[in-house]
This record gives sequence, C-alpha cells and structure tokens, in this order.
Amino acid sequence: MVATETTEELAAKARRIRRHIITMVTEAQSGHPGGSLSSVEILTALFFRVMQHDPSNAADPDRDRFVLSKGHCTPVYYGALTEAGYFPVEEIVTFRQLNSRLQGHSKVGTVPGVEMSAGSLGQGLSYSIGQALAARLDGRDYRTFCLLGDGECQEGSNWEAFMSAGFYELDNLCAIIDRNGVQNDWFVDETMPLGALDAKLEAFGWHAVTVDGHDIDALLAAFDEAQRTKGCPTVIIARTVKGKGVSFMENDPAWHGKGPSPEQAEQALAEIGE
Amino acid sequence: MTTTSAPPAATREALGRTLVKLRNDGLDIVVVDADLGNSTTARKFRDEFPDRFFTVGIAEQNMIGVAAGLAAAGKIAFCSTFSVFMPGRCFDQIRVGVAQPQLNVKMVASHAGISVGEDGISAQAIEDLALMCSLPGVNVIGPADVVEAEQAIEVAARTPGPFYIRTGRSKLPQIYDESYRFELGKAHVLRPGGDATIIANGLLVHAAVEAADTLSQDGIDCRVLNMATLRPLDEGAIVAAARETGCIVTAEEHLIGTGLSAMVSQVVTANAPVPMNAVGLTGYAESGKSNELLEKYGLTASDIVREVKAVIERKGQS
Repeated sequence: MVATETTEELAAKARRIRRHIITMVTEAQSGHPGGSLSSVEILTALFFRVMQHDPSNAADPDRDRFVLSKGHCTPVYYGALTEAGYFPVEEIVTFRQLNSRLQGHSKVGTVPGVEMSAGSLGQGLSYSIGQALAARLDGRDYRTFCLLGDGECQEGSNWEAFMSAGFYELDNLCAIIDRNGVQNDWFVDETMPLGALDAKLEAFGWHAVTVDGHDIDALLAAFDEAQRTKGCPTVIIARTVKGKGVSFMENDPAWHGKGPSPEQAEQALAEIGE
Repeated sequence: MTTTSAPPAATREALGRTLVKLRNDGLDIVVVDADLGNSTTARKFRDEFPDRFFTVGIAEQNMIGVAAGLAAAGKIAFCSTFSVFMPGRCFDQIRVGVAQPQLNVKMVASHAGISVGEDGISAQAIEDLALMCSLPGVNVIGPADVVEAEQAIEVAARTPGPFYIRTGRSKLPQIYDESYRFELGKAHVLRPGGDATIIANGLLVHAAVEAADTLSQDGIDCRVLNMATLRPLDEGAIVAAARETGCIVTAEEHLIGTGLSAMVSQVVTANAPVPMNAVGLTGYAESGKSNELLEKYGLTASDIVREVKAVIERKGQS
C-alpha cells in the first residue's frame, strides 16, 4: 500500500501532480489540462490514502482498481502514477510523443498501473462493474473506483451501467463524477444539463454523496462513507472547477484540450507553487 | 464427407450446452447476457451456474463492457446476443474495450444472415463479419453446422484473446460428425477437385457441397473449402486453390465485397491472380421464410453452380 499520512502531505502531492499536468500538456502542446486539474484531489485521495495498491506489484489480483473512464484525462492519471512510483518521473516529458509509453488516451500494457484502455467515453463504468462482479464471484475483497466526467454522463451507455450496478448491489464499487460543469465545446448546463445527478442515481439504486471535490478531507470522508455503505454502490459527486489551480484555465471551456504557451506554463507553475 | 444421419440442428444450439460442458471441465467461464439468452441458448448456462450468469437487460453496450471487466479480472467472459446487435450496436465498445486491449471476451452472435427470416431487414445481419473482421486481433468464425460450432466455441474458450462466433437460427443438416476436428485458421477441404474451387462459410457451405455434387454430374470436378475462420485467414489454402484449380467462387450469407469474398480476393490478387465470382448479397432483403429468401436473393446451390460455370469460362482469359 502507498499511504501518505497527513493532509499537508496530500496537498503537497496534489501540487506536484498539478505541476506534472502542466509539464505534460506544455511539452506535448496538446492533451487535456482542464479535466485533469479538476480531478487532482480525487486521484490524490485515492492513490495516496484510500486505495490498497503496490506499484512494485501492479498486477496483484487483490489490488484495488482505479478505472479512468474519462480516458482523455491522462495527465492527472500519469501524474498520480508517477508520484506513486509506477514509472520514473523523467518519462512524463514523453507524453503523447512517438515511441512513448504515455499514450494520449490511457491504454493497458503501457506503463504499469493503467487499468483500462479508454478514451471513448461511457465505457469505464461497465468495465468496473465487470471487475466488481469478478471480485464478488472470487471472494476477493478488492474495491473498484471509477472516475467519470460530468459531460461524459450524457453518454447513454453510462445509464445502462448505472442501472445494472444498482441491480447487482455492488457495494465494492464506487463511482466518482468529476462535476466540473464544462465539456468539450461549452458548459454542461448549457449543452445538455444533467440536473439532479444525486436523485437520478439514488433512483437507480445508488447511495449518492456530494462533496467539494477539491477538499481532500471531505473526499476522504466520502470514500470512507462509500466503504461503510453496504448493499448498494456509492457515487461521489465531486463539485469541482475545471482547470482548478491555474487562474486563466479555471472554468474556461477553451482549456478542455490544448497545451499552454511556454509563458502561460510559467505562470501556471508559479500559481500552483512547489 | 457427406451429411451425417444426425437430426438437423441450428448452429446456435451449440452455445449453452457447450458452455456448461466447458465449465464442468473446470474452465473459469462466466456469461453476460442481454435478454436474448433463450434465443442464443446461453440461458442453459444459467440453469447450471446461476452465480456465473449475469444479465444486464436490454443493454448490449453494457454487456460488452461488463464482459471486458470480467475478462480483465481473469475470467473467460462469454457474451451473446443477435449478430445484428453485437457489432452493430456495440462496435465502439468492442473496438476500444475488447480488441485494443486484446481481452479474453468471447462474443457469440446468433440469428445471422437473411435466414433469420420473417423479422425482416432490421434483424438480418449481413454486415457483421465485415465489421468484426475490420478489428485487428479479433478471431472471427462462421461455423457451418452445430458440430463445428461446438468445437469453435471450445477453441475460443481455450485460446486467449477476443473471438467473434457467428451462429444461425435455421436448423441445418449436420455436415460433420464427432470425428471432425475444427482448427482455428484452417480451411477444411470438404471435396477435393481440380477444375474450380468453391470457398464458403456458414450456411452456404451446405449449398456449396450440393453445388459440387451437381457439377460433378456435368464432369466438373470442384474443390470445396469450408472457410469457417475468417480471421486469421487460411491464406495458404486460398493460394493453393487459385494455383491448383485456376478459378474461385466464394459463397457467403453476407454482403459481397465486404466479408469472405473481399478477403479471399485480396489474397488471390496479391499472390495468384485468377478469375473469381461471388455468391452473396448485394443489398438488404425483406421478410419471408428462410428458404424463400435464400431462393429470391440468390444464395442457393443452383446460384453457385451458375457462378462456377461462368468463372470456368473465364479461366485463361486475361
């Protein structure tokens, strides 16, 4: 298990992951900073406190699973994986380059710790359900965590999955929705609003918790509540800010999928801090 | 080899009972179903192993994703639905979720082709093999009878990686008996012959054998290959057929130019160009009885006979 003890240390991890995100999308001059920055605290809580996992034994059948359904948000994923020790930090500058292990969208069989090939939205939750059903069938106590975007929840396939996870009462499954309110083109509420996600998912048989997705203590409490909730899956609706931590990226749809200029990157790193 | 004395059976009947047998043999099989388990016969597995059978309701995309997750956790994950839905509704899930990570998901799709009959064109999969063969690393099989279907399912279960197996609704005479051994990626020679080769799969293997028998009465000695496996394709058998018989007719219950005919043509033109004709569909059909549809849309033994005679006429012409 990788465990970071204090909230201060977790906050420091989060800053380092944010810096990695900026480095990756700047070097690549492409990639997805907005939805990566919004989910930094979620991955920080999972990889450094909540999940049982061992970077030196990434294929451990008893490991907790993290499934990145919003598979374009690899910068935050690789940032967390390298901080956890799954691959050398020097490698992050190869992100999206030819011959790199750090593929644009997550792909299994590249760097250790990547759980699922993704990048086409609306598939990760079904995959997570399969993992959770297998755990139950084999009597293994690993848990499966699946991170979805809020825009991603417009994909109908997610609702097939929400329905079945509730039906199968998968209390070893926890979905996290990064509710940053912005999708590729524009704001979610002005594109295709999702309304009361908590009520919708409760109606599908889930336990729903809404938290400030940048408050690590609140996230830890929500994950703890998920662990203690039996007889149904839990969804954590994490209220976040797209582009969080970089003033000019925050809540601006333009920063969904592009890299900053060197000057902008310098400003971003200065704002994030060491 | 000729038709056996076994009673007619549909290739779809192979699924449920073969899965039960394989689980009894100790294979770590699970089944994900999308409310067509009675039709595909997958539901027989539920009767024996209810804790290993997961229905997702009428939600085929979720079926593929759940199967992928189960496979990633170490299971041999079978899923089944109709062949119109498997690649038709789930292509992106199969492409990204199964083919790209090369997961151990076995997709068995029944009710293929126009022989499904009365439901009409929405239910008649005539594009599924093209879609599945377009995905790198997916093994694609269209068995000719229930014996071959059983063996193909067993090979799929015992061979790592994604498989697509296409089965049908109509009862057919059995071509093979229990002595037959299906080999993945190997054409099976049903008739030797040197004047022409008929390469067929699935339902059309039956018509191909009948056509060869008819042609032999006219003194035409026709080779018949059952090309049950489309991926990986038995290129050696195709090249040998071209070189040794000098012309080829393909026969498939599928759109011409996208499935068997296209794949055989590619191998022939690259290695041993000879005249080729194709028996298959050129567009959507309609409602009707299976045999009426096969007759109207040109998928009978007499259609193959006509094309073989025509292609022989073109031998040696440039």
